[in-house]
Amino acid sequence: MSVKPFLRIDNIRKRFGPIVASDGVSLEIEEGEIHSLLGENGAGKSVLMSMICGMVRPDEGDIVYKGQSVRFASPRDAIRQRIGMVHQHFMLVPNLTVAENYILGQGSALSVISDMTSVHRKIRALSERYALDVRPDAIVEDLSVGEQQRVEILKVLFHGIDLLILDEPTAVLTPQETDRLLSLMGDLVKDGKTVVFISHKLDEVMRVSNRISVMRDGRVVNTVRVGETNARELARMMVGRDVRMELPRSPKPPGRIVLSVENLTCRAETGLPAVRGVSLDVRAGEIVGIAGVSGNGQTELSLALSGLLPVDAGRVILNGNDITGLDPAEINARRFSHIPEDRHKHGIVLPLSLSENTILQRYDRKPFATGGMLNRRVIGEHTRDLIKRFRVKSRDENQPIAALSGGNQQKLVVARELARDPDFILVNQLARGIDIGAMEFVMEEMLRQRDSGRAILLISTELEELFAICDRILVMFHGEILGELPPDRTRLDELGLLMAGNKDEPALAG
Amino acid sequence: MAEINQGVRETVNSQAAQAFYRTLSQAAISALAPIAAVLVALAFGALLLWLNGFNGSDVVTVMVFGSFQDMRSVGEILLKATPLILIGAGLCVAFRCSIWNIGAEGQLYVGAIAATLVGTSIDGLSVWVHAPLVMLAGALAGAAWAGIAGYLKVRFQASEIVTTIMLNYIALILTSYLVTGPMRDASAAYPQSARLVREAWTPRLVSDLRLHIGILVAVVLAVALYIFLRRSSRGFALRVVGLNPHAARYAGMNVARNVMIAMCISGAMAGLAGAFEVAGVTRRLYQNISPGYGFEGIAVALLAGNNPLAAILSGGLFATLRSGSEVLQITSQVPQVLVLVIQGIVILSVVAFAKLRDILRTVA
Repeated sequence: MSVKPFLRIDNIRKRFGPIVASDGVSLEIEEGEIHSLLGENGAGKSVLMSMICGMVRPDEGDIVYKGQSVRFASPRDAIRQRIGMVHQHFMLVPNLTVAENYILGQGSALSVISDMTSVHRKIRALSERYALDVRPDAIVEDLSVGEQQRVEILKVLFHGIDLLILDEPTAVLTPQETDRLLSLMGDLVKDGKTVVFISHKLDEVMRVSNRISVMRDGRVVNTVRVGETNARELARMMVGRDVRMELPRSPKPPGRIVLSVENLTCRAETGLPAVRGVSLDVRAGEIVGIAGVSGNGQTELSLALSGLLPVDAGRVILNGNDITGLDPAEINARRFSHIPEDRHKHGIVLPLSLSENTILQRYDRKPFATGGMLNRRVIGEHTRDLIKRFRVKSRDENQPIAALSGGNQQKLVVARELARDPDFILVNQLARGIDIGAMEFVMEEMLRQRDSGRAILLISTELEELFAICDRILVMFHGEILGELPPDRTRLDELGLLMAGNKDEPALAG
Repeated sequence: MAEINQGVRETVNSQAAQAFYRTLSQAAISALAPIAAVLVALAFGALLLWLNGFNGSDVVTVMVFGSFQDMRSVGEILLKATPLILIGAGLCVAFRCSIWNIGAEGQLYVGAIAATLVGTSIDGLSVWVHAPLVMLAGALAGAAWAGIAGYLKVRFQASEIVTTIMLNYIALILTSYLVTGPMRDASAAYPQSARLVREAWTPRLVSDLRLHIGILVAVVLAVALYIFLRRSSRGFALRVVGLNPHAARYAGMNVARNVMIAMCISGAMAGLAGAFEVAGVTRRLYQNISPGYGFEGIAVALLAGNNPLAAILSGGLFATLRSGSEVLQITSQVPQVLVLVIQGIVILSVVAFAKLRDILRTVA
């Protein structure tokens, strides 16, 4: 243990505006190991690794690599030091061949590409050695996601590396491709390379790593050897935080089924399967939570429910009526409200005023419009009323909503969606990016809505939010509902295991 | 005295008054930016002329004021302003919906063709019927032509920038074909269509000027489009689609339908401009009936900040510069290319000042 570490990260800090991404991270990587970084979204894994490979510069702290303190100004410097990173989002030019992608940015702008055949030969040799199946003359955009990832890995090997960083590489892979990738990591280590593997999937991490570091809130919580831990302990480290929020909740038996989802299946915009046969019921007077690390199909589930993404199979029943495949206007009109995940993309129109944002769905209906003309007086009164009731801090209703803080924008979205008098409220990330005060306010409002008999589905990556207000919590992983738990804080590690994709946790406990 | 001060302070402090002052300062910023842009551009133009050995300030003065000599020349300015206001105001609607219609020139030509067909093939109607019919034909044809690009966009995601430019060429070549072929007036030496029947002509505003009622139609329509965008629910939907199509879809708006509407409105305005050129000015269809009004209309909308009301003023300004450049050609040695360069500088500085305006607005 006392040998000089291959890579040492010492007390690194990085802020992006008000957001602290790295809050004094220290970490040691030994030569020739597979070191996993485990943590929820936003724990600071990717940012940390981006600093090691020269994409992002730390504000404070040291990076000591092969015994020397280094400070990379660009990824080029890192590559020169034989550090390579494969990013979550591929950095390939789609309409070029594999070989052309590899020589991009190599040499000076004026040098003539002389010898493509030797480039091709080198690619073929590497591809054979690691069984990567990469053809140098293939056009990148013709390749599948899994193939493109192998192209990315081979690109890094092509440039020559000692340290390989893989950022959530398995997120886009099928199980077979994942197996293949994990065994490739073993082969690389056998050839003397060091691998850092970023993931939030426990089973994969347990399978390949020598050591595992768990990150949370911009810090490394703990580093453990794989033989000295188990999945349950890792899960607790990953999610184990203080759940502070205590909101009084009246025990109340839920009523009739308002929304029923049967075997819903749909694909993401990329065409990959995202939601795989999800079934669930939400009753009147109940808040059902969906927990999960982001990217496990929650976004697609909420888009499909609200008519923004085509449904491949299954049904959505609202108040006894089949609403599958209806367009958003028709779904909106059936007492369906939606507080969207991405406020700036879907929820509001930033340059428009508060007034204009409150009538987004009802701009052409009475009382907001008569005879095709907007009723500005009525709209103004309605907006002032919402501003007052929901304590939206703003100058007046004619101010552009862009001028408001995130919390106040969200309050207005919540106000608008509740003002439509819904039976069912779909919420994706109730309190994302808003301050504590606004957060408490919108949560209490959700509880009031529940008590008044509305059915609420709350999709969230924030456990705090879920524990504070849900009546029961479903866990979504890889497009499926893996299980259901009561919002019982003593069972946090069970929740963590489910979120990390371990359905049969006893099998992994050892 | 103190009491009055107190009173004034109270008035200023009252919320309504504050809102009023804010609106006023916003409006001032909105209006000042384009004016500043034009002044800066003219100063640059003068400098450029001076570098070329001309008396810069004199030439610019002629360009701006030279055409205000008498009623007739003012009438000529307004005659040129008519298509520019129509097209500019129409494009404001398209641009507000983030539809980049570069095809107003082609839509103008197709409008002119339709107007010519209706104006030459029917006879014996009253002027009260025939003249409006010609205008309607032009507007519908322009809308349909723009609708092609709109359909290609919503159905196949084809970029309207590309399709409208290509449709320009088709419309121009179609016009050439028609006036040299099927629609050619056989008795004329020059390729041109037959003359429109008298009842189809757009009525003149003043009997001995070329100026016709088109200028009034243009102003009325620009005001109507301003109200449409600001006050109607359809106009609201168009703006939401233009600002954030994702939010529009989330809210249940039909993005494709709104795109089609914005496209067709801008096309109809350009087609109407084409109808006025034929029925109000030339009385016949020619190969080059427009000196590029469709493209200048883009600059008109840009200078107006995509506000149809402001397009009346900016259309007037561009018409003035155009007339001024004609005066220059007759009275001085300044090559026309330099005049075009100055117009180019106006457009560039408009873009620069538009950015500045946005910054000032967020500060105010």
